[in-house]
Amino acid sequence: MTNDLTESVAEQSDPLEVSVWRSAGDGGAFQAFKVPAQDSQTVLDVVAWIQQNEDPTLSYRFACRVGMCGSCAMMVNGQPRWTCRTHVRKVLDGNRIEIAPLRNLPVIKDLATDMDPFFDKWVAAEGVFHPSKSRDDAIEQINPASAPRARADAGIECINCSICYAACDSVASDPEYLGPAALNRAWTLFNDAKDDGAGVILDAVSAKGGCHACHSMGSCTHACPNELNPMASIAGLKREIAKSFFKRGKA
Amino acid sequence: MIRPHRTHPLWFAFIVHRISGIALALFLPLHFWILSYALNAPERLDGFLHWTDYPLVKVAEFGLVFLLAVHVFGGLRLMALEWLPWSANQKTLAAAAVGVSLLISGTFFLRAL
Ligand code: SF4
Ligand code: SF4
Ligand code: FES
Repeated sequence: MTNDLTESVAEQSDPLEVSVWRSAGDGGAFQAFKVPAQDSQTVLDVVAWIQQNEDPTLSYRFACRVGMCGSCAMMVNGQPRWTCRTHVRKVLDGNRIEIAPLRNLPVIKDLATDMDPFFDKWVAAEGVFHPSKSRDDAIEQINPASAPRARADAGIECINCSICYAACDSVASDPEYLGPAALNRAWTLFNDAKDDGAGVILDAVSAKGGCHACHSMGSCTHACPNELNPMASIAGLKREIAKSFFKRGKA
Repeated sequence: MIRPHRTHPLWFAFIVHRISGIALALFLPLHFWILSYALNAPERLDGFLHWTDYPLVKVAEFGLVFLLAVHVFGGLRLMALEWLPWSANQKTLAAAAVGVSLLISGTFFLRAL
């Protein structure tokens, strides 16, 4: 089955029909390109081919090409994806692919989005390390099998690609909402024995635009290319906020 | 509206929960208003209840019972998701909410026939 799929692309004499979003500033439109189909071709290969052979002014972003840096995410046929690890044959619609900049972020030019709002929200969610020791203290011993460490581990492989952020309808409807990646990061730090920020994290993520703006629709988890589960992290934050609310009530 | 990034079970569970919630919010005031006839004007209530013999009304009632059930079970799933330790089988639970709701409303429908 998989063999057939790979071969079918190679045998195709028809070039791929690719629509690429072009814009500089406000507005913009899709531009059509014909790109030769190749074996094991990724969506990023297609974009690079256009830039190298058809239009050198096409702007897009990538770095590692192996799914580690998180810079190449785009909307591919309406789904946010990491383009360097998305095979064309997996997403072809007939013979067409539509490639657009990530949703929910301002576009700088063509396929390159301004990621500042995304990273600003990491900071706003206290998704930054809060040290508990100085260099003179002994290093904290972490038991990898402990439950909090397991919860942190489940979320730390995030590559900051913003794919979950692009998939989230709550981000689309509420510009203040911190979004799945920032909240997932806050959750990993909350569970990290080396981080001393549990209180400020809970305050940050329970404020307006925090985790209670999440409607648990799970598009983030569905879209995350690293198979993280921001929806579960957010549910964890909601639980901890409820717990701390009742604790504070008693005190 | 159902754009590609939304085509997954939990997004459908989300939209079903929203729509059933809105539909119930519209229907329930009407429901209680009619019920109030039982106290204030029993003859009018009887007159209205004859209506429920029409097949179309029966189908509509089936729809309402389904909406109510799917909102209850979907809501229980969401409350469990937010309050109980995380369980990984959210899609199964969402499907179960729809399944149980169909069972209940289907039973109601068959009995009403
Ligand atoms: S579960 Fe929450 S964060 Fe994830 S897509 Fe839905 S609303 Fe957004
Ligand atoms: S949680 Fe997943 S989709 Fe979101 S930024 Fe991290 S790696 Fe990307
Ligand atoms: S180029 Fe680095 S993740 Fe795709």
